[in-house]
Amino acid sequence: MNTTAVTVSQVWQWLGEIPDPEIPVISIVDLGVVRDVSVQENKVSVVITPTYSGCPAMREITEHITKELTSRGFEDVNLETRIAPAWTTDWMSATGKAKLESYGIAAPQAKGSPNRCPQCKSTDVEKISQFGSTPCKAQWRCTDCLEPFEYFKCI
Amino acid sequence: MSQVDSHLIEFLLRQGDNPLILGHRTSEWCGHAPALEEDIALANTALDLIGQTQLWLSYAAEVEGGGRSNNDLAFLRDVYDFRNVLMVEVPNEDFARTMVRQFLFDAFQVPWLTTLQASSDQRVSDIAIKSLKEALYHLERSSDTVIALGDGTELSNDRMQTALNYLWPYSGEFFGEDDTDKAMEKRDIAPLPVSIRETWNSTVSSTLDTANLIAPSDPFAHSGGRTGVRHTEHLGHLLATMQTLQRSHPGAQW
Repeated sequence: MNTTAVTVSQVWQWLGEIPDPEIPVISIVDLGVVRDVSVQENKVSVVITPTYSGCPAMREITEHITKELTSRGFEDVNLETRIAPAWTTDWMSATGKAKLESYGIAAPQAKGSPNRCPQCKSTDVEKISQFGSTPCKAQWRCTDCLEPFEYFKCI
Repeated sequence: MSQVDSHLIEFLLRQGDNPLILGHRTSEWCGHAPALEEDIALANTALDLIGQTQLWLSYAAEVEGGGRSNNDLAFLRDVYDFRNVLMVEVPNEDFARTMVRQFLFDAFQVPWLTTLQASSDQRVSDIAIKSLKEALYHLERSSDTVIALGDGTELSNDRMQTALNYLWPYSGEFFGEDDTDKAMEKRDIAPLPVSIRETWNSTVSSTLDTANLIAPSDPFAHSGGRTGVRHTEHLGHLLATMQTLQRSHPGAQW
């Protein structure tokens, strides 16, 4: 395929279809790890940033991006990992936050704790542990419906 | 040939080796912690620390310019090449010592990384900004745990006090000072570690007070880790495990 007519916004759209390897309900664009895209004929450059410095999903994200853009016809896919400015949950899209909640993960809140149970929407929640199944999440529990749930840490 | 910036390399190794060795020690709990939540928390803390190590040691390898990678620095150096403080290499012993050590370390890292954010070296500043977010979260958890167990039962208080008595003589090394520290200060890359001692003291004493724990009064401090002059016997054993793959299969890659 000839990529000369491909626009930057088209590439963003394709990247927006790549799921996060650990929370597949949101895309890597929703998560805010894709920071920049540039296109030059058959060459595409993508800048990504890790959520946490030891995030084990970075390698898989890199592979997914390369595979996706190669299959779209780019001969040269250049990926750069940048740590500055440091990733923040502020970069997560509103769509991403809504998808998280419907999936059962409470979205990050500036106050540092979930505002409601993603299942029954009760605001009576308590912390079980500061960490969860991935570096970006903590474990909480609803004291109304008694369901434990994960909360996306706000950093 | 340009001169190698040995003071900067030394400084970067110190920044990278502390989270590497502590991260490895912490990871030893994986599958053994007293509760599932603690197991997960310890493994995640270890992951953050090792992630920070990659950033520091990558930069150290670049400054060195000898073709080594961050992995080479982590897995192909021997005991006396390491520049971590002695506290992070002593055995975990029990959950009490593991958490008191994490707290004493986090209470240092938070003000330390905070000052490094203003480093004249852009890379140092970038790494500090990234790592600080994680260190703040670690400090929140480790201080909560120190308070919960110190101010817990007679048994948990006793275990925490024993851990504190053991670790206390290792805390003075955080504030060591040599030619590298002076060179970093002169170039505005990092302040002298002693400049954050008051902040560390105040975080530690207020948490210990709440936790009903008493800091030992003896000012004696072990040293030798951050300069590489004299590590404890424990580091060699730790490296034998951590580096076993590269020792058995040199150059092996994923």
